[in-house]
Amino acid sequence: METQAPSFMSAFSATLKRDLLLAFRRRSDFMNPLAFFLIVCSLFPLGISPDPKQLAILAPGILWVVALLACLLSSDTLFRSDFDDGSLELMLISPVSMYIQVLAKTVAHWLLTGFPLTLLAPLLGLLLQLPSSGMAALVIAMAMGTATLSFIGAIGAGLTVGIRKGGLLLSLIILPLYIPVLIFGVASVKAAVDGFDYAGQLAVLGAFLALAVTLAPLAIAASVRISADN
Amino acid sequence: MGAKARLTALLTTTDLCCERDSRTLVDGLNLSIEPGHIYQVEGPNGSGKTTLLRVLCGISSRYTGDIHWQGQPAQKVKTVYHSQLLYLGHSSGVKAALSPRENLQWHASLKGLQGDEAESAILAALDKVGLYGYEDAACFTLSAGQQRRVGLARLFLGDAKLWILDEPFTAIDKQGVKELESWIADYAANGGTVILTTHHELTIETPINRIRLGEV
Repeated sequence: METQAPSFMSAFSATLKRDLLLAFRRRSDFMNPLAFFLIVCSLFPLGISPDPKQLAILAPGILWVVALLACLLSSDTLFRSDFDDGSLELMLISPVSMYIQVLAKTVAHWLLTGFPLTLLAPLLGLLLQLPSSGMAALVIAMAMGTATLSFIGAIGAGLTVGIRKGGLLLSLIILPLYIPVLIFGVASVKAAVDGFDYAGQLAVLGAFLALAVTLAPLAIAASVRISADN
Repeated sequence: MGAKARLTALLTTTDLCCERDSRTLVDGLNLSIEPGHIYQVEGPNGSGKTTLLRVLCGISSRYTGDIHWQGQPAQKVKTVYHSQLLYLGHSSGVKAALSPRENLQWHASLKGLQGDEAESAILAALDKVGLYGYEDAACFTLSAGQQRRVGLARLFLGDAKLWILDEPFTAIDKQGVKELESWIADYAANGGTVILTTHHELTIETPINRIRLGEV
């Protein structure tokens, strides 16, 4: 039996497949943030007023803030089970670079949270009377924004995974880093609703995402290493 | 330590010191792990056995001193070192929601095994640890000992040169203990090297080198 150096693609897809399979087996876990998004968004018309004009003004902000909190809620679990059952240690001492593995885990996390949130967003936009001119911007901005949020959240999750009750600390670490995504996410939808060009805001979100995909895995790998080493 | 010893030894440590919570656990340890030998780390609870193993395999970097893998600094040749190392810790990295086969598929991919080769290696490994017929049962339906055996099946994936085993006999039945002892002995007889901790008295023909910790 000859062991060749594991190729990046096969290691990436193996970790991705495993995480998706695990989520599929424990469906309730990944439904949590989605249910949160759905419930909180549907409470706003009841709490504020069902007046379409008022709701339409608030809709971009509500959708983004709730999506952001849903991402925050789910990021805590990213490395938790791997830390508890020793998989994280094995990842650290496998010949596959940590960069690839945490990239795979974060992509899996986005596919399970950010992606469904993006799919739900137009529906909830409709519920919140978001004008249809804003829908395209909302979906594109959500897709890129939540992916960036997943990467930022993974850094915090890696840092706090060794702490039993790291929930509050996690929010303190990553919420400030979420703010730029929130600002440009909301700005792009607002611009689209008001009939302005929103390509600029989307470009900034795209730049955030490009930075997150390339640089965040380095930070995530380092933070996981620190957490495992105690 | 002479240059020659470094060339033949698999793993050497020079003046290794480990601390945990400001207690010195390992102080000035000079080890030379030779191929084909079995090393047992001994010491009372809390004497730093697990800490030492974690330092040796590179999970923990809280140490001073040097660790060399085949004469090269272990930090520098990490990828080579880790591709030839098999570490089995207290927690075995087995996901309860997945089946033994799915668990091992991930471990095999980390070892660089792919496709049919991986599939046959996984089945052979599961057969060897006595889980034939349980490949596709979810691990949470298996007993604690059987779950432990899923972790042990990793020993037969890939061709590691060094096994580092932390309390491998936990939760294993008498029959299993005998089997595991024979696997360790076979592995050493075929040129493999084992570093392990256990409170169980090993009954292996191969002479065992003892590394004592916790003696002040």
